[in-house]
Amino acid sequence: MTDTVPAIVPHMPLGQANCGFYGHIHALQVNEGGNGLPAHELECRLLELGFIEGAEIKILHEGPFGRDPIAVRVNNTTIALRRREAMAILVTSADRPA
Amino acid sequence: MSTATGIAGRHFALVGTPNSGKTALFNALTGSRQKVANYPGVTVERKAGMLQTPSGHGVHLIDLPGTYSLRGRSPDEEITRDVVLGRLASEAPPDLILCVADATNLRVSLRLVLELKRVGRPLMLVLNMIDIARRRGIEIDLDRLSQELGAPVVTSTAVRRGGTEELLRRMDELAAGSLAPSGENTWKPMTTGELRAAQREADRIIAAAVGAPARPDTVSARVDDVLLHPVAGLLILLGVLFVMFQAVFAWAKPVMDLISSGFDALGAATHDVLPAGLLQSFIQNGVISGVGSVVVFLPQILIVFLFILLLEDLGYMARAAFLMDRIMGGAGLHGRAFIPLLSSFACAIPGIMATRVIDNRRDRLTTILVAPLMTCSARIPVYTLIISAFVPATQLWGWVSLQGLVMFGLYAAGIMSALGVSFVAKHFFLREDHTPPFMLEMPAYKLPSLRSVAIGLYTRAKIFLQRAGTTIFAMMVLIWFLASFPRPPEGAEGPAINFSLAAMIGDALQPVLAPVGFNWQISVALIPGMAAREVAVAALGTVYAIEGGKEAAEQIGQVLAGKWSLATALALLVWYIFAPQCASTLAMIRRETGSWRWMAITFGYMLALAYAAAFATFHIAVALGAG
Repeated sequence: MTDTVPAIVPHMPLGQANCGFYGHIHALQVNEGGNGLPAHELECRLLELGFIEGAEIKILHEGPFGRDPIAVRVNNTTIALRRREAMAILVTSADRPA
Repeated sequence: MSTATGIAGRHFALVGTPNSGKTALFNALTGSRQKVANYPGVTVERKAGMLQTPSGHGVHLIDLPGTYSLRGRSPDEEITRDVVLGRLASEAPPDLILCVADATNLRVSLRLVLELKRVGRPLMLVLNMIDIARRRGIEIDLDRLSQELGAPVVTSTAVRRGGTEELLRRMDELAAGSLAPSGENTWKPMTTGELRAAQREADRIIAAAVGAPARPDTVSARVDDVLLHPVAGLLILLGVLFVMFQAVFAWAKPVMDLISSGFDALGAATHDVLPAGLLQSFIQNGVISGVGSVVVFLPQILIVFLFILLLEDLGYMARAAFLMDRIMGGAGLHGRAFIPLLSSFACAIPGIMATRVIDNRRDRLTTILVAPLMTCSARIPVYTLIISAFVPATQLWGWVSLQGLVMFGLYAAGIMSALGVSFVAKHFFLREDHTPPFMLEMPAYKLPSLRSVAIGLYTRAKIFLQRAGTTIFAMMVLIWFLASFPRPPEGAEGPAINFSLAAMIGDALQPVLAPVGFNWQISVALIPGMAAREVAVAALGTVYAIEGGKEAAEQIGQVLAGKWSLATALALLVWYIFAPQCASTLAMIRRETGSWRWMAITFGYMLALAYAAAFATFHIAVALGAG
């Protein structure tokens, strides 16, 4: 069950964001079949690692080959994940806090 | 030891997210009084230990596999779920759940606490690494937190002496009390909606009871800027791997030589004491060299695990997996598989043991399957013998040694075939298991506790000697038996091995091995060569009746150069890249996977590859005029 995504807020998948991206999680949108995992399972795992709507997010590092995987700061934990899975996380960018 | 109250030991269970410092806490609480075994029927490791609280209550403590939830998405996590719920028949239901949380990072742990509360068992939250949290200015209102959660909260620092006193005192109080279940078990797998609600509730509790850190963890961030840098990070990783490779390869060598010459000397001494005959041969070549062939692996295993434990506790292992994930992932391997595979260049035994760093069963099996294809150091004597006897010592283009090039080719062939096999295994055979996505928490860097590392090393050594050692020893005795029975008849000419079961098996294999260019002498030598690859060199010497043992290698080379065709020699080289010529490795696979099936699969596929590759090599070489 993913939240419906209002079209007004400009958002993008985290999997397409560049290193240094800063913003908040807008929604989780997991599509069936796009991943190695069933959609429900992937959504559960993302939630369990702390990827929840509204969480502060920043891409800290990229892998040396093909800029994959990415290391992401979610609130105050750092999680490494592949861009393929990060496609399920929709984010809105924000200005960097001072 | 009598308990003060006479209550039979309580059962407490440690539950927590990965990186919460749960294992360090377990080591601090139980010390070396731990028993590591497997849960019945699965390959999940069961770690249990005894401890005594200050007033003398005995507590059975069990360290459950780390998990983010009770959903049970892997065999490890299913164990955690079933023990917590009291569903596992072989395990006493825990009287108290100790939920371990990293005090600097409570968000995810508190959500797990909220889920654990639904189980209805008494629960205590342990805020571990409280020293780091305090240093960073994180203020936690313990009373408020306890009130919000409806469970006692206690702080600890597992890696400091005395850091668990408060925890032990509270455990003491609880062990003395009634520990009645606090409510009904209302747990069921959480829906995504419930997960969101639980996380929001956890965030609300944190906002109410925990002050924001005055000093965020800038050290880890700065270190990561270097260690995860696309260029510098890779160079440092290569450096770390190089040192580790050197250590396993070179530093272990003197100790291993010492051990094997010690056992040789012991064998020789026994030889002199005992009367010549079967008993003498059994004690010297069966028992003593059998025990020796187990103990000789210990230095490498200890070095590999020293590196693994240090890198893991430092927090570097997750970073290394991050850097290597893309490369390893392309071949269907997990980012963490590179440490076991690298160790396998020294020897597949520590390599296969090291696959324990991979949590997922499927990824672990794939890694175990391909680890023996890495060119281990036992292949080197075979390679050098044949290369120096058959490959001319010429220079190509004036500076490349042809012999070195062949050696490099053999290593490269091993690596390429390992990647190929794992690719095939992933895409064709292990497809029914879902590939777990690479999602990994990167813990903050911390200094490892030497005590915890020492306990870890001690446990690994014990496991190896008890579990693998017994099987390896049994295999060695079997191989001795095959090479010694039946005895040659009176007045027989030629080496005794030619009359043994090994020779009979070799003769029987001869028609099968003839198409790959092997003569009967090679076929016979391959049987004792199962003890260890390098033994084949000595066995060839025995079969060709060359005196002088190991020092005779050069002499053996000259004899072989006269008796074998180049095609045969090349086929044997290629055979050794793939062939499962190591009983110890097979025993290890049997032990680590807990099944004969995976041992048989490894044996089968390696044999098939070896036969096909040697067949092709032999016939191509003959066609090119090297027959």
